[in-house]
Amino acid sequence: MNESSWQEWAITITTFLPIAGALVILLVPKDKDKMIRGLGVVIMSLAFIGAAVIAFQFDYGRSGELQFVQDAKWIPVIGARYHVGIDGISMPLFVLTYLLGLLCAIYTARYVPSPGKTKAFVALTLLLITGMAGTFIAFDLILFFVFWELVLVPMYFLIAVWGSANRQYASIKFFLYTLFGSVFMLLGFLALYFNGPVVDGKHTFDLQALTAFGATGGYAHTFQLIVFGAIALGFAVKVPMWPFHTWLPDAHTEAPTIGSVLLAGIMLKMGTYGFVRIALPVMPDGAVAYAPWIGALAAIAIVYAALACLAQKDLKRLIAFSSVGHMGFVMLGIATLTTIGIQAAIFGMVAHGVITGMLFFLVGSIYDRYHTRQIADIGGGMSEVMPKMAGIFAFVAIASLGLPGLAGFWGEIMALLGSFNPNTTVGLNVGLYRAFMIIGGIGTILTAGYFLWMLQRVNQGEAPVKWKEHGFRDILAVEWVSWVPLLALTLVLGVLPSLILDTTASGVDAVVRIVTG
Amino acid sequence: MNIDYHALLPLEILGATILVVLVVDLFLPRRAKAASMWVSFVGVVASLGAVLSLVGQGPRVAFGGAYVVDAFTLIFQGFFLVAALVVLLISYRYLRDGGFYQGEYYFLLLTAFFGCVLMPASRNLLMLFLALELVSAPGFLMATFRKSDIRGNEGGLKFFIIGVLSTAVMLYGMSLIYGLTGQLELHAIAEGLTGLSGARETLAQVGILFVVVGFAFKVSAVPFQFWAPDTYEGSPVPVASFLAVASAAAGFAGLLQLMFVAFVGQWEFWAPIFALLSVLTMTLGNLVALRQRQAVRLLAYSGIAQAGYILLPFALVSGDAGVNQSAFTAAVTYILIYSVMNLGSFAVVTAVSERRPSLRIEDFAGLMKSAPLLGVAMTVFMVSLAGVPPTGGFMGKLGIFSAAIERGGVGYWLAVIMVINSVISVGYYFLIPRAMIFEEPPAEEVRVRVPVLLGTVVTIATAGILLIFVHPNPLFRLGELSSLALGG
Repeated sequence: MNESSWQEWAITITTFLPIAGALVILLVPKDKDKMIRGLGVVIMSLAFIGAAVIAFQFDYGRSGELQFVQDAKWIPVIGARYHVGIDGISMPLFVLTYLLGLLCAIYTARYVPSPGKTKAFVALTLLLITGMAGTFIAFDLILFFVFWELVLVPMYFLIAVWGSANRQYASIKFFLYTLFGSVFMLLGFLALYFNGPVVDGKHTFDLQALTAFGATGGYAHTFQLIVFGAIALGFAVKVPMWPFHTWLPDAHTEAPTIGSVLLAGIMLKMGTYGFVRIALPVMPDGAVAYAPWIGALAAIAIVYAALACLAQKDLKRLIAFSSVGHMGFVMLGIATLTTIGIQAAIFGMVAHGVITGMLFFLVGSIYDRYHTRQIADIGGGMSEVMPKMAGIFAFVAIASLGLPGLAGFWGEIMALLGSFNPNTTVGLNVGLYRAFMIIGGIGTILTAGYFLWMLQRVNQGEAPVKWKEHGFRDILAVEWVSWVPLLALTLVLGVLPSLILDTTASGVDAVVRIVTG
Repeated sequence: MNIDYHALLPLEILGATILVVLVVDLFLPRRAKAASMWVSFVGVVASLGAVLSLVGQGPRVAFGGAYVVDAFTLIFQGFFLVAALVVLLISYRYLRDGGFYQGEYYFLLLTAFFGCVLMPASRNLLMLFLALELVSAPGFLMATFRKSDIRGNEGGLKFFIIGVLSTAVMLYGMSLIYGLTGQLELHAIAEGLTGLSGARETLAQVGILFVVVGFAFKVSAVPFQFWAPDTYEGSPVPVASFLAVASAAAGFAGLLQLMFVAFVGQWEFWAPIFALLSVLTMTLGNLVALRQRQAVRLLAYSGIAQAGYILLPFALVSGDAGVNQSAFTAAVTYILIYSVMNLGSFAVVTAVSERRPSLRIEDFAGLMKSAPLLGVAMTVFMVSLAGVPPTGGFMGKLGIFSAAIERGGVGYWLAVIMVINSVISVGYYFLIPRAMIFEEPPAEEVRVRVPVLLGTVVTIATAGILLIFVHPNPLFRLGELSSLALGG
């Protein structure tokens, strides 16, 4: 394959490789369990290599521009095109998708949750990866929506079949909530289409064309208010923003480990990414009007989640609620409509994906040993029975609470800085945002509080006799392999945040310029 | 009069087949009665060939404009004949093993499909009426084919009484239109109806309303829907699939002709009526479906809800020809997609009914394990009916949403209502997949053998639904092509 056709096809190949792999796996006989797990790892390795090559060949000097573009006819009758590409904003999330996908495949090589059915499990996971990755590279609204919804069905089954006791309820709740939000989003997209620019006598779903149109004030003010609301509803449910978050703790608590990892690590980012990529630049007036409300909901989410975490008895549910808080910081950053705020948001998305993904891996492995997730049943003393596991758990929890020098720090601090100086050019109220900042600051203290308290109850103290007698195996080889990359990233991103911030800078600048007008 | 026999060839072949089936049955030994199916099958395939032979030859007109062969006609005729093949295949084992009169059944079924095939080509009121009755009358008989079943009798009788009543109302409406305009041909009616005022205008509106009532019954729109669940449940399952798919689609084919051609000038009067019909139909269908625990009744109410979706594009008609075109395309496309997924789910239900005639939701327990093909297929159909990607049903709904937003104004509200309805529908469309996947099959049914014919139908329909999602353009093109009939 020569250079230019690779440039054109790289994204398509990488995005659809997992789904093609899922089809291959369907052909493998059910009883070849080992082979299926192996194939899962091979397919995800290839896909990850694809993503890595794209990241390597990407021209970071032009990170604000779309690269690796492919733009082809798809459904001419309704004006939808197959338009994919990648820029600085998409890149970190795209790569993260494949990294977590690969680590999950490796983890699955050892752990397939009850009731087995490895073939379906691996195939659905691969389908999920394609859907999530596609969302970050789609530059046509219908294509975006299709990828967005493609995620629903496999995740539903992952929770409903491989989940824990209350899985039926949690899975249908997840499905209905997200579907409800996303259908309004679809109507919003259609409204953008029909009121949007006309190219060659036809309307267009092309995101770049719509952004250019929206940036120059193409959409009327009241129109933006309504349509921004509809589209934001779809994104907000996915993030999830308070008060649309109630599906999340249920879904996380019931989901199998890698379901939780992918859910927290990537799927939630689809919502925040949607705000940055679509809602803000296409409807700048709407963004300005809604920003204070989004900021307020974000501030509430931060404190609410922290308080909820303090009350949790189930370890996994606690981590799930902490996600709500972290996504609150991300949304607060976006709501400031400043470069630093949105930079913080994207950094926060990646950091949360790495750290919370890792936390869910850990909770899964802890459950695998103790067969309980109740903090009271674990009863402390993990550093006694599994010193390495406990050490890593402490490291990741501290990263999650935002200790400087680790990845969790930058997203939070920059979001708070952003709300100290929100975008006043568009008329955001400084006093209000400083109040958000103070609330967020209180949230960080509470966050530190519940994480430390959690560590105290799980790691410290005397281990109950039954666990000591039981004797656990500390971290296994497969766990090391799937965790080390995340642990390393936690440290590297903490020390060198510019790795991400430099990539996203010019894309974010462009968004902020559009919003500022 | 010079008659274009080629234009009529599909009907000629089908008509001849009907007669052959009727006669052949007399000479078949009792054990071999099922052979009628194969005779019918060959006839329908030949008729389909005749339709294909007419493709790409430009419009043909017969009987002085009463019968027109254009893109719209060919698409619907092709569709009805394929549906006929599917219903025949679904019927085969059900009828043979169920102790039914088979020759008569296939005769009636083909006659009803004769009406279906006639419908899209009919371009005057008389022909439309004839076609509609040809679909309905055999339907009444087939609905009561389970003679010993009290529910079958009840359902058939309801169907008959309501059907006859609505036919009478419709015929009265047609006579009013004819009286006002002196025309039967649809384009001529459209001209005749323009510029009416005063009492004559009111009379025209009454006429339109009555005609709409007749068709509303056919497509089971609220408030003319209440025959549907009882009739479907009482009928043999293949007959229910015919009623839900072919009969309803024939009703829509006629309605499209009437509303988009003959009565289009009066849209200000009837578009709001359709808006109301659509909203009531989808909402009531969905809400009642939530409470159903029997598969055929569930599909019946789902069919009512889906009829509401298909009625929505009618409510979008306005003076804007571009929007009308989109609405027309959306309706045609949705009808085609809906039929595939609905026929598919009825095929699965037929397969299950062999072992479990009561067809409660519990009877589907563990199907994913005992018959993976049926399990996967039914899941795909239900997800598709709910309109969730990655299925064809999503593309169908996208077309309707898109037309509604393009219309603007009332279109926004209708789209929002349909969106909420779609979410509600997930509540019951997931019932069957849930039973199939998450519950254990009864101990004696570790492995269920799927009949070859049914298996083939189900596999093709599943592949079709997924394919429509990946590559929807040909189907949308069909929908768009068919609206060329608007010009001619």
